[in-house]
Amino acid sequence: MTDDNSLFDYVIRLADDHLILGQRLGEWCGEAPTLEEDLALANIALDLIGQARSLYDYAATVEGKGRDEDQLAFLRYERDYRNALIAELPNGDFACTITRQFFVAAFMKPFWHAMLNSKDATLAAIAAKALKEVSYHLRHASEWVIRLGDGTEESHRRMVDALDEMSIYTGELFEMDDLSKRMVEQGIGVDAAGLEREWRTTVETVLSEATLKFPEVSHMQTGGRAGRHTEHLGHILSELQYMQRTYPGLTW
Amino acid sequence: MYSQGLIGADGATEEDEAFLQAFQKRIDAELKIEPNDPMPEGYRKTLVRQMSQHAHSEIIGMQPEGNWITRAPTLRRKAALLAKIQDEGGHGLYLYSASETLGVSREELTDQLLSGAAKYSSIFNYPALTWADIGAIGWLVDGAAIMNQIALCRCSYGPYARAMIRICKEESFHQRQGYEIMIALCNGSDEQKELAQDALNRFWWPSLMMFGPSEGDSVHSSQSMAWKIKRFSNDDLRDKFINATVPQAEYLGLSVPDPDLRWNEQTKSYDHGDIDWEEFWRVVKGDGPCNRERMKNRRRVHREGAWVREAALAHAQKREERKQTSRMAAE
Repeated sequence: MTDDNSLFDYVIRLADDHLILGQRLGEWCGEAPTLEEDLALANIALDLIGQARSLYDYAATVEGKGRDEDQLAFLRYERDYRNALIAELPNGDFACTITRQFFVAAFMKPFWHAMLNSKDATLAAIAAKALKEVSYHLRHASEWVIRLGDGTEESHRRMVDALDEMSIYTGELFEMDDLSKRMVEQGIGVDAAGLEREWRTTVETVLSEATLKFPEVSHMQTGGRAGRHTEHLGHILSELQYMQRTYPGLTW
Repeated sequence: MYSQGLIGADGATEEDEAFLQAFQKRIDAELKIEPNDPMPEGYRKTLVRQMSQHAHSEIIGMQPEGNWITRAPTLRRKAALLAKIQDEGGHGLYLYSASETLGVSREELTDQLLSGAAKYSSIFNYPALTWADIGAIGWLVDGAAIMNQIALCRCSYGPYARAMIRICKEESFHQRQGYEIMIALCNGSDEQKELAQDALNRFWWPSLMMFGPSEGDSVHSSQSMAWKIKRFSNDDLRDKFINATVPQAEYLGLSVPDPDLRWNEQTKSYDHGDIDWEEFWRVVKGDGPCNRERMKNRRRVHREGAWVREAALAHAQKREERKQTSRMAAE
């Protein structure tokens, strides 16, 4: 185990990724293009919130200061959230949401797979459960990318726009800062940079079947791991934290 | 609530007496009617009306609760609410499928909902204003729904009865979940208790209206009873609900907003005050607090999703064509 806050900070990043993405996906409830999709998106959101809970719960244990999952999830300031920017991007149209979920799931699947070998038994156990779930998430998103890319002219155009919009946030997923490197050195964390090739192969295989291409990206946006977010996060938090901020310290 | 589905249901049917008698004999023998069995047209129509209204209610019912997903107060509550709403969507899907066994497609039924020709339960035209409303909806609205649905598990139409058995299991979980939210509120601070009381005040009467008006000696209703689509009168089910719910309110320390509510030792049941049926009809006819908004949302979602459904169809077609081309090439 580490003797500083590294493990806590590392777990919080992961937890924030899942909470914020789950929160976004939850906004789709009752809004999906088919009833089947309403069920699927709610189901994926539920998986993500479940993964976030396991991670916050573990972070709280690691921290050992008596905070619980809800205090960590709901009672921090904007700059203290450490999720990757892609998680907080607005849902946009269905093509945008599917593209976002596709990029993230194509990353999280090999990520959780690698985490199975973590020396940290709790993280390895969370990974084992999450891996099963994210495999479905990736299949679901991939199938839609193909349907929409190789569907109608309109759906193809919308997918091109969505890829354009979302691709500039994918570079951040593979970044390795000092914290990530320390975690890898200790045999706890995952070498995210090392997953890029597999991610690229997954993405390009699916996009090619969808008659789509990964766009040229001149510059990858970044900042989430250091708490520098998009303007969207504040609005997400104003809803997410509404009850806890309005009625402080109560049990629900 | 699904007794509302029978409002205006026209069980009129034109089969000859021998056919109707033979059918009634099967019903009286408690035999289930299955999709391929001969059935009077009035029976089929009445069921389509009730089952599709039930399905529509599940779908529209996702809106008031969906309104609170992003603001649920804890992660546990957020997960439970997501799971619950997902169940409701699943019930809708299940019921549309059961309706399809009667020869009507989901698309047709959806069109009827969107055009306003088909109704959904009046309760979903009331807004979910505070977190306590999520508790009250689970406790009261799902509680009232269960009273109807348990009876429907014995409905004479097999696919509907079987759908109900599964749906009841999930609904009773939802009801407990809602009541548990109320318990947490009532064990909490004064402002939490106030939230709980306020939610009960607003949802009590609309929940009682879910059972529909007294039938009196309605011809339609007695036909539905004879066909065993319906097993109990609206008033009987409403009384059952009140008798089960009042002690739950007492346990919570909340007061039911009905000054005339009294235990009647003779009937072993609660007497209650008059229900405002004018309000009920107003809401059914479209002038409830949220009717317009609920329909506007549903139509918008349907419209915005059109390109996705078209793309899925177009892609499926392309796949099929490619398969045939490669099959022909192989031959």
